[in-house]
Formats: sequence, structure tokens, C-alpha cells
Amino acid sequence: MFQVVIGIGILLIVLILFMLFRIGTLLDVVKGSGQKTVTKSNKVNALLFFVFLILGFGSIFVYSYVYFDDYNIPLASEHGADTDFLFWVTMVITGVVFFITHILLFVFPMKYSYNEKRKALFFPENHKLELIWTVVPAIVLSILIFSGLKVWGEITSKAPEDAEVIEVMGQQFAWTPRYPGADNKLGEFDYRLISVDNKMGVDFSDEGSYDDFIPREIHLPKGKPVLFKIRARDVIHSVFAPHFRVKMDAVPGMPTSFHFVPTKTTQEMRNETENPEFNYELACAEICGRGHFAMRMIIVVDTPEDYEKWKSEQMSLVAQNETLFGLVPDDKKELAIIKGKVEVKEEVVTESSEEEIIETEENLEEAQASL
Amino acid sequence: MSTEDTMHNNEHDHEHHGNFWTTYVFSTDHKIIAKQFLISGIIWALLGGALSVIFRLQLGFPDMDLTWLKPILGEWIDMQGKLDPEFYLALVTMHGTIMVFFVLTAGLSGTFSNFLIPLQIGARDMASGFMNMLSYWFFFVSGVIMFISLFLETGPASGGWVIYPPLSALPQAMSGSGLGMTMWLLAMALFIVSTLLGGINYITTIINLRTHGMTFTKLPLTIWAFFLTAIIGLLSFPVLLSAALLLIFDRSFGTSFYLSEIYIGGEALPNIGGSPILFQHLFWFLGHPEVYIVLLPSLGITSEIIATNSRKPIFGYRAMIGSMMGIAILSFVVWAHHMFVTGMNPFLGSIFTLLTLIIAIPSAVKVFNYLTTLWKGNLVFTPAMLFSIGLVSYFISGGLTGLFMGNSAIDIQMHDTYFIVAHFHLVMGSAAFFGMLAGVYHWFPKMFGRMMDAKLGYVHFWLTFIGVYLIFFPMHYIGMAGFPRRYYSWTNFDTFNGFTDLNMFVSVAAIVTFIAQFIFLFNFFYSMFKGRRATANPWKSTTLEWTTPINPGHGNWPGDIPKVYRWPYDLSKPVNEEYSKKLSEKEIQEMPDFIPQSVPFSKTPETNFQNENELIALEKEENKAIVVNEEK
Ligand code: HEM
Ligand SMILES: [Cu+2]
Ligand SMILES: [Cu+2]
Repeated sequence: MFQVVIGIGILLIVLILFMLFRIGTLLDVVKGSGQKTVTKSNKVNALLFFVFLILGFGSIFVYSYVYFDDYNIPLASEHGADTDFLFWVTMVITGVVFFITHILLFVFPMKYSYNEKRKALFFPENHKLELIWTVVPAIVLSILIFSGLKVWGEITSKAPEDAEVIEVMGQQFAWTPRYPGADNKLGEFDYRLISVDNKMGVDFSDEGSYDDFIPREIHLPKGKPVLFKIRARDVIHSVFAPHFRVKMDAVPGMPTSFHFVPTKTTQEMRNETENPEFNYELACAEICGRGHFAMRMIIVVDTPEDYEKWKSEQMSLVAQNETLFGLVPDDKKELAIIKGKVEVKEEVVTESSEEEIIETEENLEEAQASL
Repeated sequence: MSTEDTMHNNEHDHEHHGNFWTTYVFSTDHKIIAKQFLISGIIWALLGGALSVIFRLQLGFPDMDLTWLKPILGEWIDMQGKLDPEFYLALVTMHGTIMVFFVLTAGLSGTFSNFLIPLQIGARDMASGFMNMLSYWFFFVSGVIMFISLFLETGPASGGWVIYPPLSALPQAMSGSGLGMTMWLLAMALFIVSTLLGGINYITTIINLRTHGMTFTKLPLTIWAFFLTAIIGLLSFPVLLSAALLLIFDRSFGTSFYLSEIYIGGEALPNIGGSPILFQHLFWFLGHPEVYIVLLPSLGITSEIIATNSRKPIFGYRAMIGSMMGIAILSFVVWAHHMFVTGMNPFLGSIFTLLTLIIAIPSAVKVFNYLTTLWKGNLVFTPAMLFSIGLVSYFISGGLTGLFMGNSAIDIQMHDTYFIVAHFHLVMGSAAFFGMLAGVYHWFPKMFGRMMDAKLGYVHFWLTFIGVYLIFFPMHYIGMAGFPRRYYSWTNFDTFNGFTDLNMFVSVAAIVTFIAQFIFLFNFFYSMFKGRRATANPWKSTTLEWTTPINPGHGNWPGDIPKVYRWPYDLSKPVNEEYSKKLSEKEIQEMPDFIPQSVPFSKTPETNFQNENELIALEKEENKAIVVNEEK
């Protein structure tokens, strides 16, 4: 019933508009204004451009000013300061050009709207002018390009030797981080070794893998260079950590990397944003399927001391999961037990890890339910 | 030649030999084919727009109950009235594909290249009418396939309009990568055939069939734009075809061009050694030129319209051609700016930053030339003129944000956020769209012999112009806040949890703007039958199409094709010194402010420059030569 009323209402409005339109055209025919090149509308349109200029730009200006904090994500990395700076330099330059060109574009209609008594200026070319506006943009662009390239070069340079290496793997639809553990060496991997237990395809015949661990959140030390080694298991994903100005695709079959220095701990950021709930987040920025919008992982930035402490508390893969321990070749089991701090008792599952496993399972269920 | 042509045409003056099918459906007349492209383009635009309205509902009103869409979308709306996240991606993908290829490539180039090339260069038709007809029908079949794919149970292609593998190669990855993707690839292959058939025709026609006197430096800028567009298309579309072919092999025949080391659906695939990045290189080798394929025709159209309605020559005719050529060439060497963060060699990234920012220079030149053309003009605001000015505005706004994305260091943060969505919708989507609308308003009288209603045109313009800014300008802020694109919802993240009101605002603006397009539709179809009858040259234009009869038949000119003597921009040409003494103020006042290209210099002694007077002797000699020829 309600829909019918709305339908009839819309129909009536359309009919009335149509009648108005007919009357308008008939009036035009009577007045003969259709024959003239230029009618009163010319002035109205010219004026509207000017109004648009004032109101449109006015509101852009006010909005940009008032809501500045809303669209500025707080910054928490070293190179991010450079890219943000470049961003704002570009913003100022383009902003000036934007305003000047638009003022001209919308004031000319008012100033030069049609007048029968006037003749337009026959002005087909002027080489000097053309030269100026080719050369000036070229110079400004060169400045932008070269300052950009300098920063780009630094960001993409080789990671420092002492960088904390963390592997980040994307899969449908989650991130999995892996830490190299005490030996600072990530164990080899092979995608053919992937299974339900070994979801990153870690090669447990490689000794480097025995102290590797997979935490539930990514932890980073403040003020130390961090190197993300990035790969994907199924389709392309993209590591996107907005606060760190980090983005790099995760490509199956082609490992990529990104290194940066976090500058503020999570706690510091909580204080700064006055939001006790604040968390750094990792998102996916390349379409990867149904759950693309839900690939969230929390990143925690600790002070270096807290970070080391946290690392030492993590349980290695071989210690955490009996099946994975089973994948270790027999002659290396000894080594794995030592490096991975595996407790060899009958009941392998200790209380704390049991808790953790249950929690992880709950998490998984939650994630699946949300899809 | 002339006599034969005249006879041929006398025949055509008594129109309507063919039956309905050969005249309106399988027509080889470029004007009919152009209208076919135009109407198809309009239908596709409505569909593409409607899709965007649906996903804008999801983004602006995530809690809305969409059960009322169930009759159209069926299973894609679940029991709670929520849109399926995978179908959201399908909508975005189809929206992008439709808008870029079907509306702004076929609908725009197909319409105006076909319509204007023969009319403006003075030719009876395209070089090959038959190929031209094929071009439309390949496009039509391609469209039918794409349309059917929308209704597949597994959904249409959903991996984004760029269809990056492995996502698009593996049905295990998303259901849209099954049959939907196959049909997408098939449709695009046919579409490419259509574009190539059209492009070859445009190029040969422009090179070979120009009328007497129509040298390349006398061509209107529209024709230059179509010419360069066709060349770009001819060079880049085959690369997309090869990319698609390799993808088809990977999908169906077990090759590994793009696939390597993949574990999906509980099994490790055997493919090793392929590179997903290879696909991206191939795709963007077309993809970037494609944005100029979309944009250049619009720039050509608006150059023409702005000059005519400013009653002034376009400023820097040669610079305009030069910058279009620059854009055409550079467009082939900037593709990898879409791939800064794919893990591509950073040094390559530097090169492409450099090249990308260089392409900004010819674009800047174009903007300044437009502005100077308006300066001290005598501006007539026809709806076409309004849309052209709108285009310039979008071209500036969207072009400037390109300087952010093109700079690899800044792009790290902005890549694949809503900032880029704002950028390309302004610079390519809306700008090209406005060029198309401007073209329709401007050449409607030539197409249908009637005028569109100007007042409705004004209303349409202002609603759309403001609407587009209200939709896309806020997206810059959303993008700066980091919101990633192709997200079904952002509520999973604390970082992206704000801006719900702004998103709602954008969605409302999108819906209103979409509805405003019905004003245009009404105006278009109503005026086709009931509009005021057009005069021969309603905009007082200089180009050749306005020398044809109001309703040109097959062959365009009933008699001889007019010869061309001058460039297309003799508008408001001043009276020369000699005559300004002889003529009275009033006489000068009353002289028309435009001289068509077909008027010889011998007829306009009042306005000739010194060097043009010298051409008069040449004109006479040529006329003699032709008379002699004909007597033979
Ligand atoms: C009614 C007007 C339009 C609206 C409201 C609109 C809105 C949008 C939005 C919000 C997206 C991003 C969706 C997402 O990433 O989740 C999008 C994508 C896109 N739009 Fe539009 N759009 C409109 C018109 C156009 C036009 C005229 C073009 C022509 C170039 C266009 C081309 C595209 C393309 C290429 C994409 C990317 C598709 C992809 O991500 O695969 N749109 N549109
Ligand atoms: Cu993703
Ligand atoms: Cu590009």
C-alpha cells in the first residue's frame, strides 16, 4: 500500500514537471527567444559559475580546515615523515594551481559572457606565453620529481644489516607473521609443504626453523629498523599499515620486502590520540576475494626492552605443535629440542599453550562467522 | 570524379532504397552506426550507473535492509537483507568494466569518431562501411555476452576491472573467477576486435579521404584527437588481447604464465615459474593508454565546442596538436606507475615516476590553452559549452591529484585507497563523460535535425556538475584517511571506522546525480521526435559538417563535396587595415563573426591577412585546373 502511494506520488511529480516543461517551451516559441543566439540564461549561467566558485571553494576550504584531524592519520614511522612532507608540499603547489586556474575558469564566464556589441579578440597564438607555461610547470615538476625520487631511493634502499626481520604472509583471508627467533634466521619454506598444521610451509629439515615462532599479533620494537619479508600463499594481497606509511604487495611466487623504523609505541600513540583503545592495524590493500575487507591484524609497537621480553616469551613452532615437531628429521630432533625449547614429557601440552590454542580457535571461529 | 559523385548522389537524394534492416540495423552509413554506438553507450551508462548506486547503498548505508532488491539480485541478497560481499566485488568490477570499455571507449569514440570523421573531413563515408558495420556488431555481441554474465549463478567476473591473476585465474579463489571470468575474457576479446576494426577505419579514412584542400594542418582538433586515439588503440589493444590469451591458457590449459607457488583450496598447485607481475605489465601497457583513449576524444570535442562558443580561435592550435601527440607517445611509457608497490624493481619505479610527471606538462599546456581561449572571448553558454567548461574543471582537479599518485614515494600511502578512486573518476570518468555529453548536445542537431531543449540542458548540467563534485571530492579526504578501495565495509578496522556520515553523504549525492541523468534521457528522446527543428548551422560553426543539408542522406552532401580553403578557427577574425578604412562602423558590426572552412579567401578580402591574399591566386589556378579536368 505504502509503495503504491509513493509510486503515484512520483508519477504525479513527473507529470507536473512535464507540464511545466511544455508550458516553458510554448512560452519560448511565443516570445521567439528560441531563435536568438543568446538569451537571458547566458547571464544566469555565467553568474552560477561565479556562485559555484565562491560557495564550492568556500566549503572545501572550511571543510579541509575544520576536519583536518579526521583525515590525517597519525604518523609512526621515520620515512613516513618524509613522504608526508612531500605530500603536503605537493598539496600546497597543486592547491595554488587549483585555485588560480579555477578562479580564471569561473570568472571568465562572468567577465566575457556574450555581448552583441563586442567582438571576441582574435588571438590564435603567442609563442612567448606558450613557452612560459611549458617551462614553468616543467621546472616545478622537476623539483617535485627529484625530491620524490630521493625519498623513494632511501625507502627502497637495502635494509640495514641489524634490521629485525619479520616474515608476513598473506592468505585468504588473514595475515600470518613469522619471527626468526633467537638465531635471527628464518627457516626455509616451500609452498608444497603447506598443510593444515604447517600453514606457512616451513621446511623443518632446515635448522633455522626450530626457534621460529608465529605470534597472534605483530610486535615491533620502537626506534629499530624492521624488515618485512612479504609473500602470499594463494592470490595477491597487499600489506598496508597506514600509520607507518607502509604498503607492499604480497605476491605468490615472488617474495617482496619493505623496511621501516617505527617511531612511537602503541602506548605513546594512545596518549597522543587520547584514545586508550588505539591499536596499530595491518590491512589488505589489494583485492583478494570475498574477505578482502576483513584481513585485519593488530600491530603492537613496544619499547625495545618490552619487545625483547615479549620475544623471549613466545613459544617456537616445534614446541607449540607436536605434528610440526614430528616433521623434524630424526637426526635433528635433538637440535630442535634445544633450539626450540621443546618440553619432552608425555603430556606435551602445557597449560599455557592449551589456553592459547583454545583462544586461537575461538578467534578463527569468530573470523569465519564475520565473513 | 565530381560528375560521377554527383550522379551517385542524385540517386541517393531519393533515399530509402533499403528496407528497415539495411537502413537502420545492418547499416553501413557512418551516421547510423554512430547513433547505434551512442544509444548502446547510453544504455550501458545507465546500467553501469545503476550498479554503482547499488554498491554506494552498501557503502553509505551498511545497515540498510536491501530485501527490496531481492527481485533483481536474488540470492545475492541474504536472509538478513545484506548484500553478499563477493557480489559487492562483482558489482564494482562490472561497473568499472562497463564504464571504461563499453561507455567511454565504444560509446564515446564509436559515436563521435564515426559521426564526425567523414562529416568534418569532407568524405562521403568511412573508408570501409562494411568493416564499420562489423565493428558495431562485434561490440554488440560482446555486450550481450557481458550482460548475460551478470546473471550467472556463480556471478560475473569479480576480481576488479584489472582482473589480476591469480585471483582471476582460479575459480577456487572466488566464484566469479569461474564461468563469469571466462565470459568476461570472451566478451573483451570480441570488444578488442571491434575496436581494432573501428580504429583501422578511422585512421585510413582520415589519411585517405580528406576533401580537396583539407590538409592535416586544417583539420579540426576533434579529428586530430580521434586520429591519435585510434592509433593509440591500435597499438595497445592487441597487447591486452595477448594478456587475455595467456590468461585463458593459464585458466584452461594448465600453463603457468602468471601462476607460481600457489596453495589454495587445501592443495598445492603444480604451477611454478610464472609471474603475476607479468600480467600487470601487459595489462597496464593497454590500461594506461586506455585512459587517454577515453580522454582524448573528449578533449578534442571540447576544444571544438569551446572555440565555437567563445567565438574565438582555439588558442595555440599547433600547441594543442603537439600536446596531444606528446600525450599519445608518452602514454605508452608510463604504464608501470600503477605498479610502484608490486615489488617491481625500485629503479624502474624511479624511471616511471620521471616519465609520469613529464606527461603532466602537455596536459598543463592544454589547460592553459583552454583558459586563454576563454579569455576575452564572447562566450555563449549553450549546454555543450557548459559541459565543456565542466570538463576543464574536472581535468584540472583530477589532473592535479595525478601529481600525488605519479610520485612513487607519495604513492606508497595513497595507492589503492579512495584517493585514487577520486582521482580517476574526476580526470578520466567524469571528464570524459562530460566530453561525451557536450558532444551530444552540440551535434544533436546534426544527428537528428532537431534541437535539444536548452533549459533542460542547463538544469542537467548544474545538477550533474555539482553532483559529481559532491560525490568525488569527499573521496579525497576518505582516501587521505587511508580507506582502501574495493572494501565491502570498513567497520572491521578501528583506523577506518570514521567518516560514516561522509560516506552517507556521498551515497546520497550519487543517487541524486544518477536520477538527474533522467532529465537528459527525457530531453534526448523527446527532442529526437518533438524538438524544435534545427537550422542549418545553429551554433555558427566553421566546420564542414554544417554545410550538409539539415538531415544529410547517405553520402552526406547531395552535390559536390565542398573544398576547404582555411583552418577551422576563423572566428571573430578582425577586418584588415585596408578595409577598416573603407567600411563603416556599422558594416563592420554586421559582418558575421565566423568564416566557414569552405569559404575561399577570394570571398573575404575584408579579413584576409597579407599572406592569405597571396593564396587567392592559387585558388583561381586550382579552380581552372579542375574545370579543365572535368571537361576531359
Ligand atoms: C554515478 C557515477 C559513479 C559513481 C557513484 C561511481 C562510484 C564508484 C566507486 C565508489 C568505486 C569504488 C568502489 C570500490 O573500490 O569499492 C568505483 C569504481 C570504479 N569506477 Fe565508478 N562511479 C561512477 C561513475 C564512473 C564512471 C563514469 C567511470 C568511467 C571511467 C567509472 C569507472 C570506475 C572504475 C574503472 C572503477 C574501478 C573498478 C575496480 O575497482 O575494479 N565510474 N566507482
Ligand atoms: Cu585483500
Ligand atoms: Cu596510468
